[in-house]
Amino acid sequence: MITRTLTEAKQALAKKEISAAELTKACLAHINETEPKLGAFINVYPDEALQRAKELDEKGYNENMPLWGIPVSVKDALATKNMKTTAGSKILENFTPPYSAFAVEQLEKAGAIILGKNNMDEFAMGSTCENSAFKAGSNPWNTDCVAGGSSGGSAISVASCQIFASLGTDTGGSIRQPASLCGCVGLKPTYGRVSRYGLLAYGSSLDQIGPFARTVEDTALMLSVIAGHDERDSTSSPREKEDFTRLFQNPKMDLHNITVGLPKEFFQSNAMDSEVAKRCEQTIEEAKKLGAVIKEISMPHLVYSIASYYIIASAEASSNLARYDGIRYGHRTNQPQDLDELYTMSRTEGFGEEVQRRILLGTYVLSAGYYDAYYKKAAQVRRLIRDDYVSALKECDVLLAPVSPIVAWKKGSVTDPLQMYQMDIFTLSLNLAGLPGLAIPVGMAHNMPVGMQLIGSAFDEAKLLTIGHCLTSHLGTTNQHTF
Amino acid sequence: MSSQSQNLAHLCKLAKLSPDEKTLEKISRQFTDIINYIDILSEANTENIAPLYSPVFHESAVREDKAFHRQTPEQILKNAPETDGTYFMVPRIVEGK
Repeated sequence: MITRTLTEAKQALAKKEISAAELTKACLAHINETEPKLGAFINVYPDEALQRAKELDEKGYNENMPLWGIPVSVKDALATKNMKTTAGSKILENFTPPYSAFAVEQLEKAGAIILGKNNMDEFAMGSTCENSAFKAGSNPWNTDCVAGGSSGGSAISVASCQIFASLGTDTGGSIRQPASLCGCVGLKPTYGRVSRYGLLAYGSSLDQIGPFARTVEDTALMLSVIAGHDERDSTSSPREKEDFTRLFQNPKMDLHNITVGLPKEFFQSNAMDSEVAKRCEQTIEEAKKLGAVIKEISMPHLVYSIASYYIIASAEASSNLARYDGIRYGHRTNQPQDLDELYTMSRTEGFGEEVQRRILLGTYVLSAGYYDAYYKKAAQVRRLIRDDYVSALKECDVLLAPVSPIVAWKKGSVTDPLQMYQMDIFTLSLNLAGLPGLAIPVGMAHNMPVGMQLIGSAFDEAKLLTIGHCLTSHLGTTNQHTF
Repeated sequence: MSSQSQNLAHLCKLAKLSPDEKTLEKISRQFTDIINYIDILSEANTENIAPLYSPVFHESAVREDKAFHRQTPEQILKNAPETDGTYFMVPRIVEGK
């Protein structure tokens, strides 16, 4: 049962073929068995999950709760009342928030059972899930390899069937990249589609919460649950909630009248592995066979995306992470001599090296004399990058692009920060533009999964999900493996 | 200590961080590479381009400014490293009695 899709599990629960408690127990047993080698969770809450499942079973199946009895997990960057929320950092090792994030509230209202909090790179800064203060996450396809990041734990959990779906966050590719490296589906919604209330902020103008699942249909169901306006986040869109599952009642199974744009700058990258490139070409061929019109387009400012992103993200991080000062919550150093030492030592002991590096870079680019040359310049280039996307999407329904230039690499093999930042070459620009991106599995290379992303106009997730479903149905899923 | 390290030491002070000397030297070297790399932006023609600081697609929403209780003081203080039950406690700042 645990290897089924969320939609299938939901049907089994509705037909009472299995109870919420039985399903929860099965998932917990699988977590117990696989966790020592996968490291997908920072904390698991078996007793609370079973208690919740029991309560749901006692009340009986409720068709108005779209995730009734479904075991899920949540990245540890999202606040959960009564569950520790560490953001993968020692500074929050013992922090239990007094409230839950909006997206978590929505999961609970929908009847989901949250089994635990997923491992992640500290404060979402990293592309491998090795940068967690607690343990490295491992790729279920080959545990010597990275899972991707920063939402690595969510991707591992979904791909290895520990749970049926998960929530992650995407600031520069942190949903799409681990989904691709682990062979599952991941959606970065449009900026503002999902409230960021209760998300431990990294780059506030880039962060967006989104779902991981094993199929596009399951991803659509999760998005329907977590999207919606929330007055506690002023950047959350006032749009009405949408039911994306309606798209699957009679899904479009061809791509006639769809124009798919291929940004040539993505495909001409020197960083691209030839086997990954081959899988991408095969996917484009499949789209053509299904009737899509393929159009090569140019986005001349993409070359600046890594530089623009790391300036803006670091600047926002240095500001957002100023709140961790050892006073009201989080780690406090022992026996500080004065207030200054309390701040400085609490932060130095609590933050890992990559977090400190980005805070310092952010402090630098925001400091007097450098602000215009770096931060303002990066924001101007950001507009040029967004304009490139908007122009491209005027000519095309969606864009199709690789997610990662290579498949999951060996743990510990990339240690230089700049080299690591360059791994995110295909994902960062979308966050600068605030647009939605759906990562789908498209096959294997070097015995590891390969993903591609469909990119759309603002709030055009329905189109991404429709096309993504059509493509994955014809390509076949990558996650047939039982780990 | 190189001048880059000295600059970095100043940034550390601003950011309230105090990495040990070995880490500082390492970060300093990486910093040089990163700064050299991000200088690629100087090639971009941004004349008359307004900065884009937020990608938000709607007008900022307004809501009524009303008071509400979201959490009790006990809930707020639950995570405090040091508290007397009413306040967050910090080391003495003002000298004297």
